[in-house]
Amino acid sequence: MRMSSKRTFNPARLTRDVVLYAILMVLVVVFGFPLLWTLSASLKTIPEFAEYPPKLFPISPQWINYWTVLNTPRVPVLTWLLNSSLVVVLTTIGTTLTSALVAYSFARFNYRGRDFLFFITLATMTLPAQVTLIPQFILFFKMGMMNTLYPLWVPAWFGGGAFGIFMLRQFFKSIPRDLDEAALIDGAGYPRIFWSILLPLLGPALATLAIITFIASWGDFQNPLLYLNSPDKFTVSIGLQFFNNAPEVGGVPMRHLLMAACVMSMIPTVAIFFIGQRYFVQGVVMSGLKG
Amino acid sequence: MQPTQNNNAGKLAALLGVKTRFQVNGALWGYVFALPWIIGLIVFWLGPIFASLYFSFTEYDIISDPKWVGTANYVKAFTTDSQFWPSLGKTFYFTALFVPTTIVGSLMLAMLLNQKLRGTNIFRTLFFIPHLVPAVAIAVVWLYLMHPRLGPINDFLRAIGIEDPPRWLGSSDTALESVTLINVWAALGGNNMLIFLAALQGVPQDFYEAAEIDGANTSQKFWKITLPLISPSVFFVLILTIIAALKVFTTAMIAPQTPGGPSYATWFILVHIYHEAFLYLRMGYGSALSWVLAVILIVFTIIQNVTAKRWVYYENE
Repeated sequence: MRMSSKRTFNPARLTRDVVLYAILMVLVVVFGFPLLWTLSASLKTIPEFAEYPPKLFPISPQWINYWTVLNTPRVPVLTWLLNSSLVVVLTTIGTTLTSALVAYSFARFNYRGRDFLFFITLATMTLPAQVTLIPQFILFFKMGMMNTLYPLWVPAWFGGGAFGIFMLRQFFKSIPRDLDEAALIDGAGYPRIFWSILLPLLGPALATLAIITFIASWGDFQNPLLYLNSPDKFTVSIGLQFFNNAPEVGGVPMRHLLMAACVMSMIPTVAIFFIGQRYFVQGVVMSGLKG
Repeated sequence: MQPTQNNNAGKLAALLGVKTRFQVNGALWGYVFALPWIIGLIVFWLGPIFASLYFSFTEYDIISDPKWVGTANYVKAFTTDSQFWPSLGKTFYFTALFVPTTIVGSLMLAMLLNQKLRGTNIFRTLFFIPHLVPAVAIAVVWLYLMHPRLGPINDFLRAIGIEDPPRWLGSSDTALESVTLINVWAALGGNNMLIFLAALQGVPQDFYEAAEIDGANTSQKFWKITLPLISPSVFFVLILTIIAALKVFTTAMIAPQTPGGPSYATWFILVHIYHEAFLYLRMGYGSALSWVLAVILIVFTIIQNVTAKRWVYYENE
């Protein structure tokens, strides 16, 4: 952007740019077409859906499909969206809040076992979470939490996971200690220092963690697959699988409605990404460069 | 009275690894703030890790008590389970296809976006969107795109004169490659690309200028400057991508007609574990399989960390 106004005419450079834009356009089709096709299919009538050759743009877009899919009792998409929203909101708040608390403890306090605890925390990042899956399942089974949403969000309230703790700890360490000490001298307790002084300064880092958690939790398939078994308890991911296995509800083909449900499942994460793109990119990059 | 009290306070301080009363107070608060994670580590990490190690030596259907069977589960996996070796083979084959394609592809995307063209941000966002879509929705959409008779991909292939286009997910000959294709599409513009892009932007511009003065061509600049300087990021991405590939699951559960199908073509190790543990409730056998996978993942991480010293360039050293 910056450079373009100053750029002088240069045939070699022009050729190069034309070639690069051509490649980019091919990539736009590769990445964009499946999404555009889904949107288009979700706006068709069922005869149009099966039509050959298919039209990319339906003549009269059936926006009503979105209303219909939200009101089809056999596939309660609205319930799934609400269940997913509940899980995602609770997971995101739990992860950001408790991992900030733990990170505060690791970054600012001296106590026996702290470094060992931190070492174990880092070790969980390299240990495959797969081996914890079966015992966690047994645990929630024994606690009578099958077919409830609890197994999906409760673990997030216990520190949220090593990634978040590690990331926020780095941020706490970048905040000067004088700030805490001044507040301490003024008579503020540690909870108050955490909540009113440090947490606000941590805003961007918390936003990053919140967005990453939100996207991962919204798209999660494995846990809902293990824990949920009745359609009224499904989250979006497992609900889409259920819908996909029975796209003919009551004998009527509803593939266009399935596509509408797919589009709706994409909206929250894409929206969150656009709102917080800056923080998200920052977070991914940080995880990559400091690893 | 006074000395005893001091003595007790001193003991507490020594126990917490600190000296003054003020520090004792701080240390106690430190424990309080770390408490959620201490509980979480025990209940959701350490406990389960040891529990699954124990279960892997038992026969356990979750209803009745676990029954100790020694190494029988591991013996079964390595000798009599007809799907164990094939599922590992398919997982490795998927990894061998997926990892190089995604890494080379996302590096090329990142380099393309690093050319300072107009509109780069828009392209970057568009390439990233598949990464935001729930994996299940991706699988469902591609299932329709790849439909052998009605899907737009085969419509297109027939339109350009390919009489007999592949049956994609519908045939056991092409299902695994189709699942790979879907995963590559979803991963290409994702986190890997962002990490590479940031790494490329961190390469000092004057390195290239100096190389140009010395008459270096584009390929020399890439192999001699770009790649060595971004090698820490490549290394990091490589580990993450291999680990993610070995855990391939969702696409294989959704996109083919039957999970892991057709005729076991996409029956990856996690699909196998899922069926054994959660559908047939063989928790002991499932735990043993999980540990086999875990050991493979750990071995990969170790191998890479050991070999990294040879080819990863760290600026500070």
